[in-house]
Order: sequence, then structure tokens, then C-alpha cells
Amino acid sequence: MANHTLRAQRLVALFMLGCLLFSYPLLALFDSDDRVFGIPLLFAYLFAAWALLIVLMMLVIERSNR
Amino acid sequence: MQLGGLILLTSCAYLGILFAIAYWGDKRADAGRSIIANPYIYALSMAVYATSWTFYGSVGRAAASGVGFLPIYLGPTLMAALFWLVLRKMIRISKANRITSIADFIAARYGKSALLGGLVTLIAVIGVIPYIALQLKAVSSSFLILWQYPEILMPNQGQALGPLQDTALYVALLLALFTIVFGTRHLDATERHEGMVAAIAFESLVKLLAFLAVGIFVTFGLYHGFADLFAQAARLPDIDRLLTLGGPAGTYGSWASLIFLSMLSILFLPRQFQISVVENVNENHLAKAIWLFPLYLLAINVFVLPITFAGLMQFPAGTVDADAFVLTLPMAHSQEALALLVFVGGLSAATGMVIVETIALSTMICNDLVMPLLLRWKAFGLAQRHDLSGLLLGIRRGAILLLMLLGYLYYRAAGEAYALVSIGLVSFAAVAQFAPAMLGGMYWKQGTRAGALSGLSLGFLLWAYTLLLPAFAKSGWLPLSFIEQGPLAIAWLKPLALFGLTGLDEIGHSLFWSLLGNLGAYVGVSLFGRQSSREHAQALLFVDAFKVAGRGSSLWRGSASVSEVIALVGRFLGPARAAEAFAGYAAQLGLASSAELVPDADLVHFAEQQLAGAIGTASARVMLASVVQEEPLGMDEVLGILDEASQVLAYSRRLEQQSHELEAATGELRAANARLQELDRLKDDFISTVTHELRTPLTSIRAFSEILNDNPELEPAQRARFIAIIVKESERLTRMINQVLDLAKLESGRAEWHSAALDLTEVIEDAVATTSQLLQEQGVQLSLDLPAQVPPVLADRDRLLQVLLNLISNAAKFCARQAGRIDIAVQVLPEALQVAVRDNGDGIDLADQQTIFEKFRQVGDNLTEKPQGTGLGLPISRQIIEHFGGRLWVQSARGQGATFSFTLPLGAPTPAAERFSGRETENRA
Repeated sequence: MANHTLRAQRLVALFMLGCLLFSYPLLALFDSDDRVFGIPLLFAYLFAAWALLIVLMMLVIERSNR
Repeated sequence: MQLGGLILLTSCAYLGILFAIAYWGDKRADAGRSIIANPYIYALSMAVYATSWTFYGSVGRAAASGVGFLPIYLGPTLMAALFWLVLRKMIRISKANRITSIADFIAARYGKSALLGGLVTLIAVIGVIPYIALQLKAVSSSFLILWQYPEILMPNQGQALGPLQDTALYVALLLALFTIVFGTRHLDATERHEGMVAAIAFESLVKLLAFLAVGIFVTFGLYHGFADLFAQAARLPDIDRLLTLGGPAGTYGSWASLIFLSMLSILFLPRQFQISVVENVNENHLAKAIWLFPLYLLAINVFVLPITFAGLMQFPAGTVDADAFVLTLPMAHSQEALALLVFVGGLSAATGMVIVETIALSTMICNDLVMPLLLRWKAFGLAQRHDLSGLLLGIRRGAILLLMLLGYLYYRAAGEAYALVSIGLVSFAAVAQFAPAMLGGMYWKQGTRAGALSGLSLGFLLWAYTLLLPAFAKSGWLPLSFIEQGPLAIAWLKPLALFGLTGLDEIGHSLFWSLLGNLGAYVGVSLFGRQSSREHAQALLFVDAFKVAGRGSSLWRGSASVSEVIALVGRFLGPARAAEAFAGYAAQLGLASSAELVPDADLVHFAEQQLAGAIGTASARVMLASVVQEEPLGMDEVLGILDEASQVLAYSRRLEQQSHELEAATGELRAANARLQELDRLKDDFISTVTHELRTPLTSIRAFSEILNDNPELEPAQRARFIAIIVKESERLTRMINQVLDLAKLESGRAEWHSAALDLTEVIEDAVATTSQLLQEQGVQLSLDLPAQVPPVLADRDRLLQVLLNLISNAAKFCARQAGRIDIAVQVLPEALQVAVRDNGDGIDLADQQTIFEKFRQVGDNLTEKPQGTGLGLPISRQIIEHFGGRLWVQSARGQGATFSFTLPLGAPTPAAERFSGRETENRA
């Protein structure tokens, strides 16, 4: 179970990445009424960052399972 | 109106399906083929987080604050990344200690404190009741809205209707019944409800599908995808405000505080604890849930903004409540089936939450509020009752009904004052108060009961003051001036701007003050207080959950009877279940039946765990104390606690002890060394003495031989005399060498002994016969004084003879020149025979009486007198006699002769003789 602590560390790193993505300085970068492909920028950013975080968590979990 | 019947039918059918799933799940669990034992069901059941607040309320909140609905789902996503660290530890601790609720968890951590458990229960109940009211409101309004189809009218609930016409009351009663039926069908020691979990997972699926269906219908049916929808929405007034975060600091601040708040709620909401900790089948399922659960939240939120904008565009402002857009959009476009699906989705979101929440709360109320009170209430006589499992179930069912009715009352009284989402946040802030005591309890050993009590109380009071009371004021229960001017018009006590703090939203403001007070009191009181030994033991169990194998019984001392313990557990779990549990426990220990169990700490610990599942850890300890004579912990046990400090202490004590031992060993070694050196010196002395003694006869032999050699013409008479001297000296030399060898053998213990029972008088007569020639030559008279009959002694005949010969020849040597006389007498003492050999010579000085037993010491001056013997006879004799367990000594005075006496023990050999005879057999073997 040595990879359990490594997995925990990776997840903590993702937690910190998430905190960064969803808080003030980075959030302010996308806080405008621009659009990407017709979708409001902030809305797109939030969901993209969210999805990225989930994919990364999935990779951490599923890869260390093998 | 015929739709009304359809709605009712659908609702009932849906609840029926749920019940069937729950029933099937329980059946499968009983058969040992669990359907929920996989990570997907686990992750889906965790989605009980998404209630009707999510289902209807997200759109409502989005209509008011745009992306502001998202933090409530981003927080759990972030926390999911920490599940592996935090939630897994909570699961591990709860499994090891049979913890079945948050109240139990906190109570157990701080020394199984019933007071703490009760306080946590109270906070949870007060905090969560508005949340239950919210579900009732959601179900009854959605029902009333759908009821109006094809018209789209907002129901005007409350005032116009009496309670009996109020749908919400029936919804509450129906849900209570439903929860009672499949949440408390039987009592289980682990408090797990497999069937319920299966139903909840199914509900999560239904609400997700329903919401996605509406989202897809709106986005791709009413509009042409996201881009089209957002493009059209751009024409809405205020759209920019909804799609960006407002004024910088305030909004970022509230955004962050909402994320933080929802991070705590995902861990500490009673229903989340119930599902993710108590109902967890296998802690490895958690791994997949870490990404599956956020994925679910993402999926159910993707269409929130599109639905919001569509609703805002479709309905003129103010006609339709934004909370109802999810339902009214399909209705407005005549999608009856979709509307019905949405209604069912909302119903599942609400029922899922209500079922799990009320089960979790009812467990807490029963185990941590009612049972401790009943246990203390002597008149109720709980301790005398036989089977309490029925009572327990009754309490839980009553608690569920009570919770639903309280929720209904709150809904009636305050339901209209707030939008859905605000009510939910009030509850979130209440359960966030558990965070310091829970997280501190899991990671900080020093946290004390007093600290947790004061932190929770202060946090709860501040929460109530800054969130609950303003909510009451807005509902009209308190004057509005309470909010606007502060109580008694004291401005700095204004509940929404406490101490003049402004610039935060209501939730952020309350969260700041309550958590500040909570954490401050918890840490402060803990740091300046002391833990009892039980608190300390529990703290170690919790904080070191991954290190300790999870057993707390080592700190227990006491006595109990096995049958009493089993009977006690039986009263709560039912006798059959208890018997089964203890039989299983006995089998685990490899015993044939529970009758063979030993009432030790482990057994009591096991019983406590069984009871803890049914009535909570605090009550379990109180109950067990009634049959178990518990002894207070002694100082040694407390020291033995594997605390870091005491571990170090124990370690240093061991070191100290070891160094003491080392010192003792060094001392022994030094003494041994000194003795060896002394022995070495003695050996050197001995050798030099022996060689000196050997030289004397050798010198005379050599001198006379040289005379004979050099003077061949010596007279024959002279010659014969010299030769006689040489022969005599040679004999003396031989004897001396023999004796030295003999002595060496005796001292090294290598001498051979052939002990047998002897008649001592015979041996004496033999010795006298042997020496008679010598005595005659010297003209010495010998008299014997022997009893006719003497008991036998155990000795070696030859050795004994050697002693006697030595004594007699000594006596002959030293007795008077004329009229020499030797008396030999035997006396029978009670336990020994005493032999005395007396001569009538000059006697021995007192000073010499000890030295004559030393080697090579002879009485008289060696230099002037010619030595008469070898000087080894007496030491050898003494060694022999002592070997037989006897004693050899001399009594004498100058001029009065000397008496050498020895004793030999009678009959059975003495221990010393026994020891030697033991060696003797070894030698022979």
C-alpha cells in the first residue's frame, strides 16, 4: 500500500490546484463578458476547469489502481 | 384535472418502486449477496447531496446571482480530492469504533461524553429542520404547479389553506411513513440499511436523468444548442450581471466562503455522514467515488444556466417563480410526459434527502439524546427491562415523525420568507459548526471534551444569532427592528453586522463569526485544559486510526460475568441476535460456544461495540457499566498509554534500568575478577609451598645419596642407616605427591566417590587394625569406646578410612613420648554420629588451632624441628568430612592434649550429600 500515500499526495496537489482555479486571481482573468464559440467566457472557464479537475482525479485514481 | 389523478398515481407508483428496490436490497443483503457493494452505487448514493434544492433551487439561485449557484458544487468537488485523506480516516475510525452518526463520532472522540453527543444532536436537529422544510415546500409546490396544468400559476400556499387542505402536510406524513417503513424495519448493530442505499442510488439516477432531459429539451429543443441560447439571452436585461462576478472584493469573498462552506457540508451534513461513512461497505469504494461524485455534480449543473435563461426569456418577469422554471418550461410547451418526469425527479431529490436525513437524525436523537436521558431516569426503570429493541425502534419511529412534523411547522411558519437556496445555506452553516471538533478530533490529540463543548456551544450560539434569528425576524416572529437597529437598538449587536462588521454577505458574515468563536474556544480551552485518561485513550484511537489496529480495550480493567453481558446486549438487540453475535465472536476465538468465553477486556469491548451500534457509544458505556465492575485506571496503566511523551518516558526508564543492570554486572565482574586474582595468588602460593615442601625430602635424599656415592668405604652400619633414611624420605615424598594430587582432585570436585551406608564402628576397627603395628612400635596405647549399636551413615568407606588413619597417625605422632595414649570415642547425637580422637600430647595453642587445617601448616617451627608429616593430612580430612555433610574440628589447650572430632550425619543424606551423590551418578554414567 505504498502507493496510497503517493496517491494521497497527488490528490492533495489537485485540491490545491482546484483552490487556485476557483479563486480570486485566476477567476478574475475570466471574469468578462467575452464569448468563446458563443458561450460566455466565465461559464465556459468554470466548467472546463471543473471537468479538467475531474479528469485529473480520475487519472490519479485509476492509474494507481493498476 | 384528470392529470391530478395521474400525478398521484405516478407518485405512488414511484414510491412503490422505491420500496420494492429497498426491499430487494435488504433481501439480497440478508442473503449475503449485497447489491450495493460496488463503487458506482456508493458514488450514486453520495449524490443524495443534490436535493430538491439542487433540482429546483439551482435555477432559482442562478436567476438571482448567475454563476453564484456554482460554489455549492465546486466545494464538494475540491473536498472530493481530500476524501482519500479525510473521509477514509472517518470511515476507518467509525468502522473500528462502531460509530453510527456524527453525534456518536464526536461523543466517542471526547471520552464517550453523553453531554457532547446530546449537544451535537441538538445542533444537527435545529440546523437541519429548515432544510427538511425546504424539501416539503419543493414537493408540495411542484405538485400544486403541476396540478394547475395546462395553466401555469404559482400556488398561493399557506394562509388561504387550513392545515387539512395543505398538500405539504400530507407530503410530510407520507414521507414519514415511507421512511419509517424502510428505514427502521429492524435494528441492526451496524446501523446499515442496504435497501435504503440501493433506493437512494436509484433516486440519484432518476433525478439526474430528469434534469438532463429538461436541459436537453430546453437547450436543443427550444433553442439550437448552447451558443444559440446564450446569443438570444444576451438581449435580456442584466444578463452581464449574471454572467460575471459582481463588485470585486465582496463577490469574490462570498464566492470563496460558499466554496468553503460547501466543502464542510459534504463531510458534516448528517445525511452525507450516514451515506458516505456509516453505509460504506468497503473503504476502497471511496477511490472511484472521488471522481464519480464530482462528475455527477458537474452533469447535474451543466444545464442550470441554459434553463435559467430560457425561463427568464419565456416567462414575463414576475409571473413565474424562478425556482419553478425546471417544471414550468416543459409545461409551457405541452410536454406532459416530460413535466411528469421532472415532477418525479424533484420528488426523488426530496425523498432521498428526507429519508436519509431523518434516519440519520433519528439515530442521533435515539442514541445520543433520548437513551442517555432514559438511562439516567431511574423511575423509568430502563435497566430492569428485558427486551429493549422494540423500545429503540419505537423511539426512532417517533423521532422520524417528529422531525417531519417540525419540518412542516417550519415550512408553514417561515417557508415563504426565503428562496430555497437561502434556507439550505442556513443549514450548511449550522453543520459547519461540527468541523473544528470533528477535524480537530481526527488530527489533533490535545483536543479536549471541554474544548469541544465550548467550541460547539459558542459556534452554535453565534450561528443562531447571526443566521437563525434574522431568519425568524424576516418571517415575522421577531420585530424587524431586531435586524435593522439591533436588539434594544444597540447598533454593534446588529445580527447581520455583528461588531460593525459589514461588507460580507449574510452567510459569509455568520460563517466568519461562528467559526471564529467555535475554533477559538475549541483550541483555547483545549490548550489550557487537561484531558482525562479516557479522553486521552480515545484521542489516540482516533488520531492514530491508521497506525493503531483499532482497539481500545487495553485501557480497561474490571470484572464482569459473561452471561450478564450477553443478556444486556440481548435486551437491546433482541436475545436471538445477541446470542448469534456472541457465538460468532466465540467462533472467531476458536471456542466451541459462547459459554466458554472469558469475561475479559476484549469481551467487554466487543459487547460495547455491539451496543454502540444500537444505542450509541456514550449510552453503551453507561449500560455496560451497570453490569461490569469497572476499576479505575491505575497509574501504571495510564503511564502505559502509548502517548508520545509517556513512550519516551517508558523508553528512558528502560534505558535507566538497563544501565543499572549493566552497573550491577560490572560490579559482579569486578568481584569475580578480584576472586580470580586471589585464587591465582593462592595457586602461586600453593605451588611455591608445595615445591618448597618437596625440596625438603629431596634434599635429604640427595645429600645421603651423595655421601654414599662419595664414600664407598663407609661402614656397613652407617651405610644401612643412610639407606634407611633415603627410603623413608622417598616414602614421605611419594606420600606428599599423592596427597597433593588427592587434594587437587578434591578441590576441583573431580574426586570419585562411592558412597554407601556404612557401620562406622567397623571402619574405626579397621583403621585401628591397620595402625596397630605403628602404635606398637611407638609404644602408644589405644582405647576404643564404641557403642554396641550405631545407626548407619552414608559415606565412602575408603575416604572415611583415610580420615581416621590420618587422625590416628597424627595423634600417635603428637602424643606423649612416654606412656602415649590415644582414646577413640563414638557418640550418637540426635542427627549425627560424633567421633573423637584424643591424645595426651602437648596440645595445640589456640592460635594454631585454625591454621593446622590450612595446607602445609604444621605445629612447631619448620626450621628447627624436622617436619613430622606432609602438612596436607588435616586439610584433606576436613574436605572429605565436609563433603559428607559433617564437620571436623579440634579442641585443645597447651599441655592437655588435643581432641580431633568429626561428625557424620545419620541415615538419609543431607542436601549437600544429595547434591554430591547426584554428581556421582553423573560421573558413573
